[in-house]
Amino acid sequence: MQATKTTGGAPGSKASEGALKQWIRKNGVGYAFLLPFLILFAVFVIVPVAVAMYYSLTNYNMIQPARFVGLSNYSQLILDDDVFLISLKNTMIFAVITGPIGYFASFLMAWLITLVKRGRGFFSLMFYAPSLTSGVAMANIWLILFSGDRYGYINNLLLRLGLIMEPILWTKDATYVLPVIMLISIWMSMGTGFLVFLAGLQNVDPAMYEAGKIDGIKNKFQELRYITLPMMKPQMLFGAINAIVGAFGVFDVATAVAGMPSPNYAAHTIVAHLYDYAFTRFNMGYASAVAMALFVITFTLGRICMHVFRDDT
Amino acid sequence: MTAQSSTYRPRRFRLKWRHLTFSRFMLYLLLTLLVVIAGLPLFAMVCRSLMPLDELYIYPPRLIVHRPTLRNFSDLLTSLSSSTVPFTRYIFNSLFTTVVTVLLSILVCCMGAYGLSKHHPAGSNAIFAVVLAALMFSTHVTQIPNYLVVNALGLVNTYLALIIPKIAVAYNFFLVKQFCDQLPDSILEAARIDGAKEFRVFWTIAMPLLKPAWTTLAVFSFVSNWNDYFSPLIFISSNALKTMPLALQTLSGGAGVVARAGTVGAATFLTTVPCIVVFAIMRGKVMETMSFSGIKS
Repeated sequence: MQATKTTGGAPGSKASEGALKQWIRKNGVGYAFLLPFLILFAVFVIVPVAVAMYYSLTNYNMIQPARFVGLSNYSQLILDDDVFLISLKNTMIFAVITGPIGYFASFLMAWLITLVKRGRGFFSLMFYAPSLTSGVAMANIWLILFSGDRYGYINNLLLRLGLIMEPILWTKDATYVLPVIMLISIWMSMGTGFLVFLAGLQNVDPAMYEAGKIDGIKNKFQELRYITLPMMKPQMLFGAINAIVGAFGVFDVATAVAGMPSPNYAAHTIVAHLYDYAFTRFNMGYASAVAMALFVITFTLGRICMHVFRDDT
Repeated sequence: MTAQSSTYRPRRFRLKWRHLTFSRFMLYLLLTLLVVIAGLPLFAMVCRSLMPLDELYIYPPRLIVHRPTLRNFSDLLTSLSSSTVPFTRYIFNSLFTTVVTVLLSILVCCMGAYGLSKHHPAGSNAIFAVVLAALMFSTHVTQIPNYLVVNALGLVNTYLALIIPKIAVAYNFFLVKQFCDQLPDSILEAARIDGAKEFRVFWTIAMPLLKPAWTTLAVFSFVSNWNDYFSPLIFISSNALKTMPLALQTLSGGAGVVARAGTVGAATFLTTVPCIVVFAIMRGKVMETMSFSGIKS
């Protein structure tokens, strides 16, 4: 890919050796700087996508050589693997709910902060702190808050308020485990896009607001709708892509809270399915097909976002 | 706009809020509510790490610690070491792999972004398009081939397995490149006329100017590597090489959970706090860089 010549390069009239030298003189320094990045990026990010694509068409257990099986992994995935369909459903529900809530909560908090004069540093630290925590570490705290007995803080509170008669097994009961994980993830992700949005909000030229007032903008909400949001498209896009990738990659919190396998697969996610087939069963071909499903979903949604937030100006 | 002039500057609202005291009140009420939601679990974490054992198991459960003690921390760091791998070893593992990854990622991503942004070699647009595309899928997609490569290199169960695959990260490259784009070429040109070699120009002129970008990269990279659970889970099985999130999960599960509740609280605290401290220190620089983080499509 680094050989693609889009501009410049070698003018055709020169002899090929001279052209090569000229090409190196023109591009050599740039590539010398890029080389370490390009090598590592190719080996660990780009080539792996192609490799995963290839292995998804094979049967490969790391001991015997990979055997080409065509699309049978995919047909098995869609037609015969109920657990995958559960993981797909869980991940979808999870992403559709936590993604947008985290995204809008981030935006709301960033917007609210620009409206206050004092304590911005404190507020931004507090809002962003949950995103800085480790899902596995905080799961220890959430497991205590959501403990299934009377000692659990949530159960205790609900019992005292008389809202429930018996303690609820929040993390053991298949009905509650996914909502609990979503709640924790929303807590963790409500700050993720926060910094990007805050930066975008602060980048809007104050003169735009002055101009808006002359044009008849009455309140903060109109200002947000007609000036701020259109100016922030690039940040909105960056935030949206991060939110999608984060939401579909859910794994840490789900396993830490519900265990693996979770009760009745109620918290089984695509990445959990991938992990199960790749690193406990070492069925790398099938796991690669799962990885490809994840790739196609996030990549497609990413492209859609690029389209939605297209900068028309 | 130069890097210097675009510092994190709060926009002043002279306007009507001064008169609309009710809206102001509602605004602060909402902010306070959000702070409570964000902060309550963290507050619970701090309190539980300081609670003596009897307070941890008191009924009804207590949110606020009454008789704070550092016993849990001393237990975690001393008495546990007699039985298994000392907890300090896990702290070292996490710290070592995270810091090395962050430093290498800064060097490699800044060099690459500088080369792309300031030298525009042929194919730059294609390379940047691929980096942008890589922002759109999670690292889990490439985890299997990564495992095969790391395995083939014989690096499973080594620190290197946690470091090498995470140096060239699209997100990091993207942030530095966007920031680098708005550095004026004239400063670099002046240095070149003075006869400085390209690497010297990069190291002595560009890197100081890129400081907000790479401090931001350092924060994000530190946080994501410190908290990473998936990589150590697949690459590390040796107990002595586990990082904090993995060790913490071993500690919190299994037998003797009751006796360990205090130490788990302390370990949770030690796992969570470094990232928050790192962010708190670097907040200003991070804000400066994020201004350039938008994707224009």
